[in-house]
Amino acid sequence: MQTIQRINPCEEIKLAPPGGWRARLLRFLNQNGRWVVLFSLLLAVALWDTVARLLNLPAFILPRPLQVAERLARALQDGSLIRHSAFTLLEVLLGLFAGSLTATVLGYFLARFHFLDRLLSPYLVASQAIPVVAIAPLLVIWFGSGIFSKILICSLIVFFPVLVNTVVGLRAVPENLRDLMRSLRATPWQMLRYLELPAALPVLLGGLRIGATLSVIGAVVGEFVGSDIGLGFLVNVARGQYDTALVFVAVFTLIAMALSLYGLVILLEKRLLAWQKCSGGF
Amino acid sequence: MISPISPALQVRNLTMIFPAEREGLVALQDLSFSLAAQEFVCVLGPSGSGKTTLLRLLAGLLHPTSGEVVFSTNGNGQRAPRIGFVFQQANMMPWRTVLENITLPLELQGTPKEEAIQKAEELVALVGLQGFEHNWPRDLSGGMAQRVALARALIHDPDLLLLDEPFGSLDALTRDQMGAELLRIWQARRKTVLMVTHSISEALLLSDRVLVFTPRPGRVRLDLKVDLPRPRQEEIRYTSRFTELSRRLRRSIG
Repeated sequence: MQTIQRINPCEEIKLAPPGGWRARLLRFLNQNGRWVVLFSLLLAVALWDTVARLLNLPAFILPRPLQVAERLARALQDGSLIRHSAFTLLEVLLGLFAGSLTATVLGYFLARFHFLDRLLSPYLVASQAIPVVAIAPLLVIWFGSGIFSKILICSLIVFFPVLVNTVVGLRAVPENLRDLMRSLRATPWQMLRYLELPAALPVLLGGLRIGATLSVIGAVVGEFVGSDIGLGFLVNVARGQYDTALVFVAVFTLIAMALSLYGLVILLEKRLLAWQKCSGGF
Repeated sequence: MISPISPALQVRNLTMIFPAEREGLVALQDLSFSLAAQEFVCVLGPSGSGKTTLLRLLAGLLHPTSGEVVFSTNGNGQRAPRIGFVFQQANMMPWRTVLENITLPLELQGTPKEEAIQKAEELVALVGLQGFEHNWPRDLSGGMAQRVALARALIHDPDLLLLDEPFGSLDALTRDQMGAELLRIWQARRKTVLMVTHSISEALLLSDRVLVFTPRPGRVRLDLKVDLPRPRQEEIRYTSRFTELSRRLRRSIG
């Protein structure tokens, strides 16, 4: 019996470390990514504070970080921030779910039947030329200013990137694996479940990653146009009252929401695609 | 001539002409032969003599222009024949572990999970991959991946095992080793086998019969019975009978 050798492509080849303080500093920065991120955040806040102080602008034009923090504490205390955030998050999640589900299903049929692709592609591409901001008022007129129109706007904005990635992912399924499945007399459903979905999953999750951040934008657009709740509404109201600190609070909450969703998809990728990569990252 | 033992497979007047987009290429013309149950047959022939086309026809990946393939399994009940196919590349699913790749054919048949895993573990032992059951395919060398492919092709107890130059992408040393391994594995699990190869010595070591194909369109030029005694060992390569058969095959290929 031959001796079988384990080959692990994940193991990096370790080169002899170069000397010098510059090389050592670089190595330190590479190995302490978290601290570097924290440091850059602190630096940005300090810069912001310095600019606000030097220019001596009134708080309704550029509030200082501490003022924003105070406003955040107040908004948390009276429960308004939680209420608005929860509503926006609900819209974002439902829109993301509905948009990616329809896009994945339609994408499957587009990838499978070429005539369908030829029939629908012109309309799908043309629909992307219309800015969502422009049709959002129409949707609110037609479907009311309740949650449904917002979910619709979110799904519309999520739809296209997920659709494109589904088609690309399914088309890239290796032909020799299709042959293998056919030689085992796999049914179309087994083909989907055992081959096409897992093979396309990396690209599908890439689409979901883009969709997650876009969905947040969709929700804000919808709330701007017509709503009486949500973070987009909050921005609108706070702007009207010259409560610029509250605008900052709402914007930062939106950023945090988009980042968390993005991070969730990355976590999902790490769980589901353990076979693929050695280590993830942005 | 029909052989006295009932054939596991009969190929009758098989013709394959590819459609006009491929210049109406005639890959096989009026090809007939049969395989007895548990017979190991190798197909030798120049490149482009339709050998791979033949395997793809037998696996149902292509439909013939005319002629037919009759499996003996059609006798009682109309069960579709089960095929085990080992391709030139290992064709692993990279998102499945070694064990999960091997159980795939059984999962598609709806076999209970415990039974599938048990059978896969037996095959892992047979092909010599113990300790690698839970590795990802990316961790395997070419020879190991082909062992997995062989185990996967055997697990559902196929009526016909098709091997399309399974060791063609391996280096010469690994290739010889895998030939000997295949001999051992086949002697443990006798299946009806049709194998395409470019190696005369591999063909003689393994098979009961060797079919030599003509250049395109492919037909059988020589049907040589390999009367070397079984069970065989790799050392049989150095006997005078082996050399003699080898010379006949070499002449026939031209």
